[in-house]
Amino acid sequence: MEAQRTAPKAARAAGVTSITEGRGPQWAPAVGDGHGTLARNPGTPLDLDAVRALRVNRSAVERRAATLPGRRTVKKEWQAAWLLRAITLIDLTTLAGDDTPGNVRRLCAKARQPVRPELLEALGVAHLGIRTGAVCVYHAYVATAVEALRGSGIPVAAVSTGFPAGLSPLKERIAEIRASVADGAVEIDTVITRAHVLRGDWEALYDEVRAMREACGEAHLKVILATGELATLSNVARASEVAMQAGADFIKTSTGKEGTNATLPYALVMCRRIRDYRERTGHLVGFKPAGGIRSAKGVLEFLYVMKEELGDRWLQPDLFRVGASALLTDIERQLEHFVTGRYSAAHRHPMV
Amino acid sequence: MTSVAEIFETMAYGPAPESDKPAREWLRRHDGAFGLYVNGAWTAVRADALFDVQEPATGKPLARVTQGSAADVDAAVQAARAALPAWRGLSGHARARHLYALARAVQKHARLFAVVESLDNGKPIRETRDLDIPLVARHFYHHAGWAQLMASEFPGYEGAGVVGQIIPWNFPLLMMAWKVAPALAAGCTIVIKPAEFTPLTALLFAEIADEAGLPPGVLNVVTGDGSTGAAIVDHADVDKIAFTGSTEVGRVIRRATAGSGKKLSLELGGKSPFIVFEDADLDSVVEGVVDAIWFNQGQVCCAGSRLLVQEGVHDALVAKLKRRMETLRLGSPLDKAVDMGAIVAPVQLERIRTLVEQGRAEGAQMWQPSWACPAEGCFYPPTLFTEVQPASSVAQVEIFGPVLVAMTFRTPSEAVALANNTPYGLAASVWTENINLALDVAPKVKAGVVWINATNLFDASAGFGGYRESGFGREGGREGMWEYLKRSGAPSTLDARRSDAGAVAEARVQRRASSVEGGDSLPAIDRTPKLYVGGKQARPDSGYSQRVTGADGRVLGVVGEGNRKDLRNAVEAAHKASGWARTTGHARAQILYYLAENLAARGDEFAARLRAMTGGDGRAEVEAAVSRLFTYAAWADKHDGAVHDVPIRGVALAMHEPIGVVGVACPDEAPLLGLVSLVAPLVATGNTVVAVPSERHPLAATDLYQVLDTSDVPAGVINIVTGARDALAAVLADHDDVDAVWYFGTREGATAVEKASAGNMKRTWAEWAPRDWHAADAEGRKFLRAATQVKNVWVPYGE
Repeated sequence: MEAQRTAPKAARAAGVTSITEGRGPQWAPAVGDGHGTLARNPGTPLDLDAVRALRVNRSAVERRAATLPGRRTVKKEWQAAWLLRAITLIDLTTLAGDDTPGNVRRLCAKARQPVRPELLEALGVAHLGIRTGAVCVYHAYVATAVEALRGSGIPVAAVSTGFPAGLSPLKERIAEIRASVADGAVEIDTVITRAHVLRGDWEALYDEVRAMREACGEAHLKVILATGELATLSNVARASEVAMQAGADFIKTSTGKEGTNATLPYALVMCRRIRDYRERTGHLVGFKPAGGIRSAKGVLEFLYVMKEELGDRWLQPDLFRVGASALLTDIERQLEHFVTGRYSAAHRHPMV
Repeated sequence: MTSVAEIFETMAYGPAPESDKPAREWLRRHDGAFGLYVNGAWTAVRADALFDVQEPATGKPLARVTQGSAADVDAAVQAARAALPAWRGLSGHARARHLYALARAVQKHARLFAVVESLDNGKPIRETRDLDIPLVARHFYHHAGWAQLMASEFPGYEGAGVVGQIIPWNFPLLMMAWKVAPALAAGCTIVIKPAEFTPLTALLFAEIADEAGLPPGVLNVVTGDGSTGAAIVDHADVDKIAFTGSTEVGRVIRRATAGSGKKLSLELGGKSPFIVFEDADLDSVVEGVVDAIWFNQGQVCCAGSRLLVQEGVHDALVAKLKRRMETLRLGSPLDKAVDMGAIVAPVQLERIRTLVEQGRAEGAQMWQPSWACPAEGCFYPPTLFTEVQPASSVAQVEIFGPVLVAMTFRTPSEAVALANNTPYGLAASVWTENINLALDVAPKVKAGVVWINATNLFDASAGFGGYRESGFGREGGREGMWEYLKRSGAPSTLDARRSDAGAVAEARVQRRASSVEGGDSLPAIDRTPKLYVGGKQARPDSGYSQRVTGADGRVLGVVGEGNRKDLRNAVEAAHKASGWARTTGHARAQILYYLAENLAARGDEFAARLRAMTGGDGRAEVEAAVSRLFTYAAWADKHDGAVHDVPIRGVALAMHEPIGVVGVACPDEAPLLGLVSLVAPLVATGNTVVAVPSERHPLAATDLYQVLDTSDVPAGVINIVTGARDALAAVLADHDDVDAVWYFGTREGATAVEKASAGNMKRTWAEWAPRDWHAADAEGRKFLRAATQVKNVWVPYGE
C-alpha cells in the first residue's frame, strides 16, 4: 500500500520556501578530499543581535524530540537502504588513550569495507562502493590512517585543539591543527572554549573559531560545541550560530567525553540553526552528532531529524556525519537480519 | 518492487503498515455484528436493527452495530438502577480494585484497542498507540486512586446515581474513559452511548470489562444514533447526563433536561486561540501548531484553530509553517509513519470543504502543501488561511478539520481581546519566552485550559472542560470527581424532582392595606426604595411599583417593578465592575467584613423589618446573615486552587476563577439570609452580581442599599433589581452577557431558567425545594465551587 502520494501539485508549489533548492548531485562516493563540490561556508561578520536574540524552549524541543521517533519509521528494503546510507555518513572513530597504530589500521580497514561483501551482494548494492564517511583519530595517528586509507578516497579527520577540554594555549591548539593538516588530515574536528559560551563572550568564541578556520586552510572545519557542557539549549543555539558565522563547515555536538553527548534535542536545536543560517546567508553548513549513537535504531532517528528539519540534501556525507564506532556492528547485524531473516550476532562481523 | 539501491539514492520513506489482522479477527469472532451490552450480557443481534459502521480510510463497511431503541435504553437504565445499590455500597477500596483491573485490562489489550480505534475512526495508529490508549489506561489508574480515597477525600458524598453518558467520535475510547472512570470511582452506574460513527472500541471495552469482572449492570453500552442519545437524556430514571460533542447538541440536551433535576456536564465545541508572541521560540511554535491543529486531523474540540501572531513575526512564522506543512505525511491511518489519517466520515469531509470554500469566497488566502491527498477515502490536506479577519466565517465557526486560520495582533491586550472574541472558551495556547507575559495572559484568556509553550497536553489528574459555550463541568482531577458526586443520603436529584413541595404555588396574600405604616401622629416621610444599579439607586424603567405586604397582611411599603431594561442596565453595571475579579482576596474579605459590621450595626432595624415581613425571628436571621458574611469574608482569601501533579516536567495550576456576571434569583424563605447566602460567596470569589431579591419580602434587600453604600462595596459589584422573580430570572437566563444564573424558586421557574440558559450555555444552579438557610449546608465549599470555574494552566519548564 502506498502511504503517501507525492505527485507535486505545481499550482500550489508557488510560495513554498523550498529547502531542496541547491540540491547537489545524488549521492556518489566521495572522491579526493571527500567534500565533493560543495561550496564552503565562508562565514559572516559576527552578528551579535542575531546571536543574543536566540531563545530555545527546552520543553517544546524535548517534546518534539520525544515524538519524532514515533512519527517516522522505515521498514524492510527502506530500512536496509537507510542503514546503508547511514554507514556512508559515519566518521568511524577511535579516540582512546590506548590507541596504537595497530588498532587504527584495523579501523581503517573496516572503513574501507564496512559490510561483508556477500551481504552487499545480497542487498544488490555491491556496485555502490559503500564505505564510511571518514576515519577520525587523534593527531598522533593521522599519518597512520592516511597511509592505511591511501587510494580509498576516505578522508582522515583529526581531533585537534587540545581535545577534549580545549584548554591548552590557543597558540598550541592552532599549531596542532596545522600539524594535523600537514600530516594529511583533510578534516579537523576542533573543540571550543566552553567558558566563552558560559560567559556570553561571543566575540571571543567568534575569534577562536575564526582562527581555527584560518589554520585549517583547505581542510574542513568541524566545530565541536560540547553541548553537554553548555548548560542550556539556548546556549547551544547561540554557540551554533557563532560557530557558523565564524566559518565552521560542520557544527558537531560532542567530543564523546561529556556527560551528555549526542541527543535528539541537541540535534533539533543545531539543525534549526543550520536551516536559519542557510535561509539568511545562503551558505550550507553540515551537522555531526557524535557520542552515544550505538544502535541502528538510534542512528535512524538522527536521519529522520535531518530529513524532516533540513531535507534530503542533508542526508549526504558532505553535510551530515555521525561520529561512531560500535554503531557499525549493530548496523551490520540489522542488514544481515534483513538478508537472512535470522537475528545476527556481533561476532559474525569483522570487528571494528 | 523498489530496490534497496534505488532507495539508497532517493532516501524516501516507505510503507510501514501496522497489521490489522487481530482487529479483523476480533470483528469476525462477532460475525461483524454487535448487539448491545446490557446487564452484563450481549443482547441478541436483530438483523432489522443493525446499521453499518464504515472505515473512513477506505469507505468500506467495517461492522454492523445495533440501533438502540428507547426500549433498549430503558432496559439498560433499569439494569444500571438495579446494580446501583450494590456498586455504590462497595467500599472505595473494592471499587479501586475494579478500576485497577480495568486499567490493566486496557494495557493488556492496548494494541488491539489502538488498531480497532484507528480502523474505526481513521486516526493514525501512532496517535491511538502513543496517545489515546495510554491516556485511557492512565485515566483508569488515576481514578482507581479516587475510588480508594473516596471516603477520606469526599466525606459525606456518594455517587450521584445512574448516569447517562454520550460521547463523540473524535476520541472514542478516550472520551469513554474520561466519562466511565470517574463515574465508576464515585460509585455511579452507567449507560453509555458511543458515537454512531465510532462505536467499536466501546464494544470492545465492554467485552474486556466483562472479562475483568465488572459486575453486571454497572456498565451498559447502548449503540445508536442521536435518537438513542435522546432516549438516554429523556429517561426519567437517570440522575445525571454527561455529554461531549457539539455545542448545538449540547444546547438541545440543556433544554431537554431543564427542570428535570438531572445533574449535567457538557464538554462542547471550541475555536481555541493559539497565541504567539514575538519572543517565542518560533521553530517550537511550528511543532506546537502541528500538534494543535493537525493532531487527529484537526477533529479536536480544543484544537488550536485560531493562530494569533504578533505582527512582527507573522511572516517569518507563516514561512516556517508552510515549510513544515510540506513535510507532513498523510495517508493510511495504519501506516506507522504518517502524521495525518482520514477524516471520520464523508459528511464531515463535506463540511470541511464547504467551510474552506466559504473562507476563500470571503477573501481569505488559502494555502495547502504541494503534495496530493489520496483520492480515495476520506482525506483532507492540512490547510492554512492567512489574511483572515475576525469577521471571516472561518475565524468564527468551529471547522473541526485540519484548517488553521492566522491573524495578527499588535499588543498583548489585543491578543487577549482577539483570543476572547468568540462564544467558546475551551482551551488556549500561549507562546512566549517571557514568564511575566505568559502568566499575565493566561488568566485573562477565557478558557478552561491554558497551555504555556505547549498544546494539547492532557492528563487524568488535571481537569479538562470549558468556559462559556464550550460547556461546563470538568473531566479529570479532583474537580472532575464532583460531577459524579452528591451529598450522601441527600435526596437524589430525582427525589427532589419527584417532590412537589417546591412546585406548589403559594397563594398570594392579597389583603387590602389599610394604611402605610407611619409613626405616631405625623404621617411618615415617604421612603421609596428604587432599584440599586451601579452603586446608585435608580427608578424602575417601568414606572410601576408593587406593594409589599407583611406577615399580618398589611402593606409594608412598595418596591419598584424592575423589567428587562433595568436588568440590562444592571448587567452593564456588573460588567463595568469586572475589575472586582482582580482585587485581592484580602481586599474582598475586608469589604465583606465591613458589610457585616454595618449590617450588625443596623441589626435591630433589619430584625424588625424581617419580623414585619415574614413574622419570623428577624433577630436570628440578621445574626445568621452577619455570620454568613463573616464566613465568606473568611473564604475570600482561602478558596485556593491547586497544583496538579501532571506527568511532565512542569506544573498544571488549577486556578479558581470567578465565572463573571451572575444573576441571582433569591428565595422567599429567609429573605435576607437567603440573599446573603447566595450573593456573598459569589462576591467573595470575584464575581459581580445582579440579584433579584425575594419577590414577597423584598424590603430587607432594599434596606441593604445603604449598607452597601457605607461598606465600600464598589459600584456595580452588587446590583439589586426588585420585581417579579420568575419573569426577571427568565430575562437574566436569556441574557447572553450573563455568565451564570442561580435560581431558587419554583420548579416552573427553574425549568424556564435552565431552558433559556442554553442560549449561551450559561452555568445554572436551580433549586425548587425550600432550603433551611440556617443549616450548616447552606454555606461553604459547595457554594464556592458553584461560584467559580477551574482553569488549568499547564506550565512546562526547564531551560
